[in-house]
Amino acid sequence: MKLWNRLMCYCRRRSPWLFHMNSGSCNGCDIELVASLTPRYDAEQLGVRLEGSPRHADILCITGPVTHNAVEAIKTVYGQVYGPKAVVAIGSCPATTNVFIDSRTLDGPLNRHIPVDVFVPGCPPRPDAIVLGIAKAAEILAARGNKLPVESVMVPVVESATACECAAKAAASEVQL
Amino acid sequence: MNLTTALARLLIFPGLLFAVPAAWFFLWVERKAVALMQGRIGPPFMQPFYDFIKLLSKQMPPRSGVGGLLMRLWPLLAVSAAAGAVGLLPVLPASGGFQGDLILLLALLELPSMCIIAAGFSSRSIFGEIGSAREAVLSVSYNVVFLLAIISIAASQHTFRLEALAQLPVSPLQVLGVIAILVCLPAKLHLNPFSLPNAEQEIYSGPMVEYAGPELAMWELSHGLEWVAATGLVATLIAPHLTLWWLAALVFVALSFAIVLLLSTVAAATARLQIDTTVRFYWQCTLIFAVLAVASALFMRFRA
Repeated sequence: MKLWNRLMCYCRRRSPWLFHMNSGSCNGCDIELVASLTPRYDAEQLGVRLEGSPRHADILCITGPVTHNAVEAIKTVYGQVYGPKAVVAIGSCPATTNVFIDSRTLDGPLNRHIPVDVFVPGCPPRPDAIVLGIAKAAEILAARGNKLPVESVMVPVVESATACECAAKAAASEVQL
Repeated sequence: MNLTTALARLLIFPGLLFAVPAAWFFLWVERKAVALMQGRIGPPFMQPFYDFIKLLSKQMPPRSGVGGLLMRLWPLLAVSAAAGAVGLLPVLPASGGFQGDLILLLALLELPSMCIIAAGFSSRSIFGEIGSAREAVLSVSYNVVFLLAIISIAASQHTFRLEALAQLPVSPLQVLGVIAILVCLPAKLHLNPFSLPNAEQEIYSGPMVEYAGPELAMWELSHGLEWVAATGLVATLIAPHLTLWWLAALVFVALSFAIVLLLSTVAAATARLQIDTTVRFYWQCTLIFAVLAVASALFMRFRA
């Protein structure tokens, strides 16, 4: 049983499937997320797959400052992802609502509505940082299982790195739970 | 074929013990080949295995009623049908078999796609229903070519035994049949340019859209086993007749691998076609292949 649990955790860490959701983003972060799957950054080395259905996903990637219209959609999609699951907030908008702060059309930041595991700041963040954030979220997912997150993790600003370096960084830095 | 050989073929070689790792390997080869063609490094060797275990360890979606029971049932049925199809392949020399096992193999190869159609409709999701409708249309189109190719090879030999067909010497009819089957395989395995039922950009994942966790793991496994069965069928048809069992097994694996590489390369090099283009392509192919295959089968029969 212990061996099975260890295998399970290992496999969870090595196979994060993403579902990407836009909550009123300007499309900058969405392009960077797709860029992290391109030949230059190649997140598939870490087992990342962008899935079409939230039912298949482990990690929910949310971009945008959370508009009033998006709140219900975010909650629905979060409920549709089966556990164990993690949430990565991509860009400065879901973290702080960024330049749209105090706008009457917004209901952000994201962690008012759903628990967020990893924040990837930047406007937009580099694809390296997004890959690092996903690798971190996969680590958290493996360690935590079905429990709810206690504390969010902030990904530091990264300069330029390959997918493997990002994974190594995520593994080296301690996961705070 | 007695019970022991039947069980050995179903459970050991070319059955489950061989077919499940082979399924993972072929899924990896497909993803890796596409990655290499796109100038990426691609997923690690064990990736399909990691995905499978991870999906098994995820939460099981709650389902209730007859609809829920059916949704649980379809992936299991698909896996067992695909595993049975792999078990029937006449890989080893003198492995037995029975009159009519070709018909059983064709039925078992068709069952996973039937399950996919049924799964999409029983999921009640609009995307699932569109995916199922596409799969049904596609299956009607490519199966005409697929069945005609196999039936014309079988008709020229007056037999429905797989082993007799596997031992055929190379003939123009067989080459024609193998080409026709290869044309059908991308549609059967949902690969580009015919990956219409599971087009993730247009209809999310089609029939699989409501599946999660262990059920999805079973779908992935059945897809991998379909790879092994479909490429294995072509491999047994084109493999030379060998008496050494280990050499026959090795040739079978090598040929299957070559076919997987070929199909992945085609998938990486092409984009998805529209449904009407696909259907037209298969029906036009059907006409050419039907005339050629039936004509040559009749010709061989009269000559013999």
